[in-house]
Amino acid sequence: MTAETKIVPASGFDVERIRADFPILAKPVYDKRLVFLDSAASAQKPQAVIDAETYVYESEYANIHRGVYLLSQQATVAYDNARKKVAGLLNAASAREIVFTRNATESINLVASSWGRANLREGDQVILSQMEHHANIVPWQMLREEIGIELVVIPINDAGELVWEDYEQAFTSRTKLVTMTHVSNALGTITPIAEIIRVAHGHGIPVLVDGSQAVPHMPVDVQALDADFYVFTGHKLYGPTGVGVLHAKAEHLEAMPPYQGGGDMIATVTFEKTTYADIPQKFEAGTPNIAGVVALGAAVDYVEALDRQAALDHEQALLAYATERLSAMNSITIYGTAAEKAAVVSFAIEGDHPHDIGTILDHEAIAVRAGHHCAQPVMDRFGIPATTRASFGIYNDFDDVDALIDGIARVQEIFG
Amino acid sequence: MSDLRELYQEVILDHGRKPRNFGPLEDANREGHGHNPLCGDKLDVHVKLHDGVVEDVKFEGAGCAISVASASLMTEALKGKPEAEARALFEKFHALTTGTEEIGLDELEALDKLAVFSGVRDYPLRVKCATLGWHTLNAALDQDEDMVVTE
Repeated sequence: MTAETKIVPASGFDVERIRADFPILAKPVYDKRLVFLDSAASAQKPQAVIDAETYVYESEYANIHRGVYLLSQQATVAYDNARKKVAGLLNAASAREIVFTRNATESINLVASSWGRANLREGDQVILSQMEHHANIVPWQMLREEIGIELVVIPINDAGELVWEDYEQAFTSRTKLVTMTHVSNALGTITPIAEIIRVAHGHGIPVLVDGSQAVPHMPVDVQALDADFYVFTGHKLYGPTGVGVLHAKAEHLEAMPPYQGGGDMIATVTFEKTTYADIPQKFEAGTPNIAGVVALGAAVDYVEALDRQAALDHEQALLAYATERLSAMNSITIYGTAAEKAAVVSFAIEGDHPHDIGTILDHEAIAVRAGHHCAQPVMDRFGIPATTRASFGIYNDFDDVDALIDGIARVQEIFG
Repeated sequence: MSDLRELYQEVILDHGRKPRNFGPLEDANREGHGHNPLCGDKLDVHVKLHDGVVEDVKFEGAGCAISVASASLMTEALKGKPEAEARALFEKFHALTTGTEEIGLDELEALDKLAVFSGVRDYPLRVKCATLGWHTLNAALDQDEDMVVTE
């Protein structure tokens, strides 16, 4: 496509300035401009996050909650401040409601293991959707093996939206928990999570929300949602790997038994009896990822300093443009056509396997995800083994979409 | 970076589109089931082994161009070969695709058409695609009914 005919929609968001914050975007891949379209798997990191992690190790590092010396005190303050920042990001009622974990997977496992074992009995039902990530399926299946709970799966329609009537009618006297994604990683669907929680609470049932794909794209207010548990992972929010977040209402955390035992989560220990620390320390046994947590705090600062509405509008403009251009191509099917979507496009090219598509796009320095996206039930729902997925972050621009389209044309040229 | 055409040679594209020996094999006495969880590819290999010779071999399933073409060319290469020769051919093919050892001219000749997969060695992530059919064949010959998983 020539420059004359290229129609570049404007979004009023200074993406060039954002791109300059991410050093990896300036580094060519195969001598070409990197077109990074896999932020839903893991986002790239701004210099501020990289610097924050480095600064901890260079200048303020020691173990936390232990030493009486200056460095330990500085590290402790930085760690605790990051907790306040995350609480602010989610508008949690208190920083006490924020537990740091390794990732969203561990956050869900924590709830399944601690809250689940304490509250679920044989025959009890947990409601989830057909579009959950494996991280929000397998921990509950493990409880099914262990306790004999039942999983009630709410189907999705052809557009990839939750079948609402089925959800409303799924509640029984044995329902004990709803665990649901806020945004589908495979399809991009934004679920009506506020309504989902309202209906569950109408039955007196708590709700866990997997917000891994939501927090990077949109403001989330756990108090407005009235979410009982809300989990996400730092590395998709432009933060470091190795830090996840569990937000839970204090009343739940206080009633839950510890997840793991060890140092940092105790008040007193004798061989006869141990008393546990207050929340959230009760759930943070052992030395945590100190530098990672501080760097996640820097990622929160970075994201909150953005005009979040403008960032969201920009991503939505990219989604609309990518959807329009893909739809105009031959032999392409888009999976996930919900009315409300985050900036994720999952698609298939007739006759071409996603793995081949991924390799050919890689040659053009275009990074996409090819596979089942850790959501095999979604693939089964649409009768496909895998899709190719392009997912957008704040640093993507319309040139990235054009590159993707040109790359797909190259795929079709090679495979005829 | 090597040229994409090194990987996607015409023979591979052809066998990927129109796999040979594709379908069920009624009098098969060896079965293998293969799965690549990374991309969701699944292949079944059916073998009719008689007096230590691969009398017939067919495969079924869905996969990428590399895995389907590799399984297709494998079936062509194996028909009529003694079991030991079939296993030895896999060793050579594995060496070719992983680039773990130098391939001599004699071996390249023995590989015949299979030599088109030499480009795979530049794509470490795709070696599993090229060898899925072969791993599944091995499982069939070993009478291992469990799913072969390449990860």
